[in-house]
Amino acid sequence: MNGYTVNLFGEDAKAGAGSLLIKGGVDTRHGPILYLEDVSVSFDGFKALNNLSLYIDAGELRCLIGPNGAGKTTLMDVITGKTRPDTGSVFFGQTIDLLQMDEPAIAQAGICRKFQKPSVFDALTVFKNLELALKTDKRTWPTLFNHLNGEQRDRINEIIETIGLSTSHRLRAGILSHGQKQWLEIGMLLMQEPKVMLVDEPIAGMTHQEVERTAELLVSLQGQRSIVVVEHDMEFVRSIARKVTVLHEGSVLTEGTMDEVQNDPRVIQVYLGG
Amino acid sequence: MKFIALGQDKTSTSVLIVLAAVTFIIPFCNLVLPADSPLHFSAYTVSVLGKYLTFALLAMSLDLVWGYCGILALGHGAFFALGGYAMGMYLMRQIGARGVYGDPLLPDFMVFLNWKELPWYWLGFDQFWFALLMVLLAPGALAFVFGWLAFRSRVTGVYLSIITQALTYALLLAFFRNEMGFGGNNGLTDFKEILGFNIQSEAVRTLLLMMSGITLIGAFLLCRWLVNTKLGRVVTAIRDQESRVRFLGYRVEMFKLWIFVFAAMLAGIAGGLYVPQVGIINPSEFSPLNSLEIVIWVAMGGRGTLYGAIIGGVLVNYGKTVLTGLMPEIWLFTLGAVFIVVTLLLPDGIVGLLKRRSQEQSA
Repeated sequence: MNGYTVNLFGEDAKAGAGSLLIKGGVDTRHGPILYLEDVSVSFDGFKALNNLSLYIDAGELRCLIGPNGAGKTTLMDVITGKTRPDTGSVFFGQTIDLLQMDEPAIAQAGICRKFQKPSVFDALTVFKNLELALKTDKRTWPTLFNHLNGEQRDRINEIIETIGLSTSHRLRAGILSHGQKQWLEIGMLLMQEPKVMLVDEPIAGMTHQEVERTAELLVSLQGQRSIVVVEHDMEFVRSIARKVTVLHEGSVLTEGTMDEVQNDPRVIQVYLGG
Repeated sequence: MKFIALGQDKTSTSVLIVLAAVTFIIPFCNLVLPADSPLHFSAYTVSVLGKYLTFALLAMSLDLVWGYCGILALGHGAFFALGGYAMGMYLMRQIGARGVYGDPLLPDFMVFLNWKELPWYWLGFDQFWFALLMVLLAPGALAFVFGWLAFRSRVTGVYLSIITQALTYALLLAFFRNEMGFGGNNGLTDFKEILGFNIQSEAVRTLLLMMSGITLIGAFLLCRWLVNTKLGRVVTAIRDQESRVRFLGYRVEMFKLWIFVFAAMLAGIAGGLYVPQVGIINPSEFSPLNSLEIVIWVAMGGRGTLYGAIIGGVLVNYGKTVLTGLMPEIWLFTLGAVFIVVTLLLPDGIVGLLKRRSQEQSA
């Protein structure tokens, strides 16, 4: 009844005839799960992204850093369907063209996003926030007659445990602290069982302890999911990153381990000015 | 019973009790007790109360769209009027050969226009069940087409409000035209019978009041159930953070469309109950001002509670009846003043005020 279906099964001729696909899966046989090639986005002449190419491997934890205006958030907007690039291609696995899909379709395909400003539903309880995010049939009629089964209830409680909100799951999300809202939103991401998590500034407003737990959580999730973290806090990035990508003026400046990146003279110049 | 027990809210329960009392006690007094009994309600009281109940239903349907989904629809009266016209067409065809011109098939205004046969869209309206179906389908279809276009293009906020206002204004102009075949300026009136019973008779009026009450109670319970389902929570979430809901994988436009069509159908039912009680439906029901008034009822009663809209719909209209009786010229000024006071001082309406009171008392 929606008129939209996510083409996950490669039935589309464009998806490459004869390719062997795992049903319902994303084709990652060549390694990367996200392919961005020559992506450019401009707003009123300002090039937010400039021929950017980026590949994220299946199961990897990647950190994106870069000075303000480097295009980090625009990059996430492009991947999640919020912004359409002027040129370039964006693929999820080898076969799913994200540029043909809108936000809900991309989210249902398994790319989920935490926003820079924590975006939870203030009027609903912690539990209900997670229930809304739960991976299930999200069309109108099934939603109307939706009832949580025991398994789903357990899953929500498990996530509440993971994000450390078990004492406050009946509270309205509006009264949580900033850090708790961040955690709740991470929990909502986990409820969606994504294949790719895009996490924009996860530790803003968190206490030192909370930051440590966030790092632990993100590190523990890699392998099962690909995670892209945008963060300004270098110490935090150092504590979780295997591979770091530095963006500058809408393009990839360099990629490598934290040490390699920090010793790259171009990166030093970009950050310190010169 | 779970259906009824859902509301833990005291005000919600009190509103239900009052509605049930009006719905059942008044018909009991009027139909069972003798006409000279002091407990006998006048025909005027019965018809005015019945009218208020249909307005309450209309207000509640707008509350679903505005209070829960955050869509400030300024053309909601159009759906009410369409429902009213569907019922009016049935009542016109019930007149039969008793019209001024005595044509067994054509309503008077068509004879007057020299029309020779019934337009195709009047066919079927001699059947009550068909009219009831149209009371639902005509507003529903309009809401579906309009909502599908507007929500899919992501028109929101003040732009959407203006388009809804334009929609009802366009319909107002269209229904004014005689060629449309809905009686033009004069609309549909001079009804004689409903289901073969004299529409003017006290028993029929009393039963119409009862039907309005039962429908309102049923719709209230249905809406209360609806807003407590997961769909209700998605709709509330759309109100508060529309784009976030999209990134959770929900098709926001489909949910908006669903609730918009549902509310339009409820408004249509309200219109269908209203017309036999007031005895006329004409294009003025489409006037943009009417739709603005509905918004004021809901704002005054309190948004996002359902029963707040019922309270607002009844109280404002009671005020209107009293004031237009005493000093007709000041009614619109009063209405404007009420809206300003509510906006500035009572953002949660009367219901919000009552809640604050009871919290202060318990504190």
